[in-house]
Amino acid sequence: MTDVIAGAVPAAKSLIEPDARTRARNAAERRFRMMGIAAILIGLLALVTLLASVLGNGLSAFRQTYIEMAIPLDAAVLDKAGDRDPEKLAKVTTLGYGKLIEASLEQMLADRGVDTKGQTAKQLMGLLSKEAASDLRQMVLAKPDLIGTTVTFPALANGRVDGFFKGRVTMESAARDSNISPEQLEVAVLMKEAGVIKTSVNWAFLTNPDASELRPESAGLGVAILGSAYMMVIVLVLSLPIGVAASIYLEELAPKNRWTDIIEINIANLAAVPSIVFGILALALFINFLGLPQSAPVVGGLVLTLMTLPTIIIATRASLKAVPPSIRDAALGVGASKMQSIFHHVLPLAMPGILTGTILGLARALGESAPLLLIGMVAFVKDYPSSPPEGFFDPASALPVQVYSWTQRADPAFAERASGAIIVLLVFLMTMNALAIVLRRRFERRW
Amino acid sequence: MNDMRLTERAVTEKAKMSARKVQVYYGSNHALKDVDVDILDKTVTAFIGPSGCGKSTFLRCLNRMNDTVASARVEGKIEMDGHDIYDTRVDPVQLRAKVGMVFQKPNPFPKSIYDNVAYGPKIHGLTRSKAELDEVVETSLRKAALWNEVKDRLNAPGTGLSGGQQQRLCIARAVATGPEVLLMDEPCSALDPIATAQVEELIDELRSQFSVVIVTHSMQQAARVSQRTAFFHLGYLVEYGETGTIFTNPSDPRTESYITGRIG
Repeated sequence: MTDVIAGAVPAAKSLIEPDARTRARNAAERRFRMMGIAAILIGLLALVTLLASVLGNGLSAFRQTYIEMAIPLDAAVLDKAGDRDPEKLAKVTTLGYGKLIEASLEQMLADRGVDTKGQTAKQLMGLLSKEAASDLRQMVLAKPDLIGTTVTFPALANGRVDGFFKGRVTMESAARDSNISPEQLEVAVLMKEAGVIKTSVNWAFLTNPDASELRPESAGLGVAILGSAYMMVIVLVLSLPIGVAASIYLEELAPKNRWTDIIEINIANLAAVPSIVFGILALALFINFLGLPQSAPVVGGLVLTLMTLPTIIIATRASLKAVPPSIRDAALGVGASKMQSIFHHVLPLAMPGILTGTILGLARALGESAPLLLIGMVAFVKDYPSSPPEGFFDPASALPVQVYSWTQRADPAFAERASGAIIVLLVFLMTMNALAIVLRRRFERRW
Repeated sequence: MNDMRLTERAVTEKAKMSARKVQVYYGSNHALKDVDVDILDKTVTAFIGPSGCGKSTFLRCLNRMNDTVASARVEGKIEMDGHDIYDTRVDPVQLRAKVGMVFQKPNPFPKSIYDNVAYGPKIHGLTRSKAELDEVVETSLRKAALWNEVKDRLNAPGTGLSGGQQQRLCIARAVATGPEVLLMDEPCSALDPIATAQVEELIDELRSQFSVVIVTHSMQQAARVSQRTAFFHLGYLVEYGETGTIFTNPSDPRTESYITGRIG
């Protein structure tokens, strides 16, 4: 017996000199290490490329070119009756305000000594956004006291002018463009030198509603952010209690039999269902059958709830499972009921995991666009939804859908806006993920 | 100190709990067969036997902790003060307040020392005021011989104590609900010899107030702390009687083999 074993053991080798087997083993380990590093580098490269492209295209959306001018708000034009009656004030259309702006622009260029290179007043007005007159009108209607005074008004520059100062539009492209001419741009350059054209932070990008094809410079994410926020409120309020209740029942109370097995498998499957399928379900059930309005955050919230539930249930069950059984025994041992042991001991210990799962589920719902397309949230929405709860039924947009619809537009200015919207979406997602990490750290308890 | 020293055997003969023809099945596995035991009042009863012999299973029948195991089924009759504890009208929650339990591994709640002990009285509504609750916490900790060590840090987490202190905290927690029987499932197996000695001393003191049932792998421990000993083997109760008799003059050859170390 001992002879056989002795025969199987190879002759003693040097400790210093590794043998062939050891060398091969070490080489395999090194190879695997290199592959791991390469895999991580590929991932990092993809991330850097994504961020660079999004930031490179989108950061300029947060800057906006304005043409600043002093506009005398002539009471004789804006308020003929002189009683500041809002109804009568509203009768003056944007055309009337356009004329005021036109006069002010000409006056200012003359005052500052800017060479207009023989451009007509109409061509000079082409440097301004078509939205400028409407903005001025809104400003006056909101504050009728301004009438009779001279206000400093930063008028939005036309999208082409804005693009020219951001490097998107060149003299060559302007020569082929029917919306702007190189001569107009030359005047714009002179205006910039005279300090009339300024570039400043574009807060309107976060607050303005969407704008039409011809006015990319005034398009903003206001309605989309509101719509997304409304949907997140609905998702949180519905999916957290339903998900946690379902998980507690399945994990702690339900008998382990074939039916609960089937339910379990179906929940896992539901988490893998493509989101567009949920969109079709929502269209059939909520809109066609229940008659809820299209494009409304309530429908979006409901369909996102359906999508988020499996994620929350799976995360909650995992964190309930991770609570050591000795804690349940301890609670039952002193005479706590099943409910008391769950709510006093198990649930608090599982809370960090539940919160993390919920926030990650919400983050996924926030970035979801496919089901929202089917329920009509891709529509052009210019009006802000009113405040909740009525606002839940008003048409609204959503951040990812806004990105989608802006990338569909022809004007390259919208490509910049779409990238800007992606940045806003990413900032929200990162904030939520950071919150998940902070909450987990905060509530984590050792046992 | 002689490890095999046999404690004084002044026992009452009044049965606090009595089990008759108890059978336990885990699914199709017949884990416990025909067990008849009388747990005497104010007595320490030890359950000994090799691993998997059913002694812990039987212990868990006494406060219906086996109810939490889905596949477990208990037959036969277990009475406490003449009432069948498996009667459908008996709420296991109330039973467990009367029959406390201490587990193998110390399992304090991840809460403060105070909250650990106060939890039982709170959920059973045993106290009417904060002052009364404070008093219950103090007496329980004193009974568990832990008060002097923790009185200055009642708000410190219970999980921050040493292993022996944690186990005594668990005993204090069980004592706080005013149990009539205290079940201990290998309470010293995770403790060092010094902590073990403290817990054993404690068990002897607790005997003056209620019955203690202890499952142990250590025959020396059974001999040191108990007045009655039951020997389980392969799901059968082989022998049950005075600890002195079991250890010095067992009637069944299997008991003798186990005690002398030939089976186990």
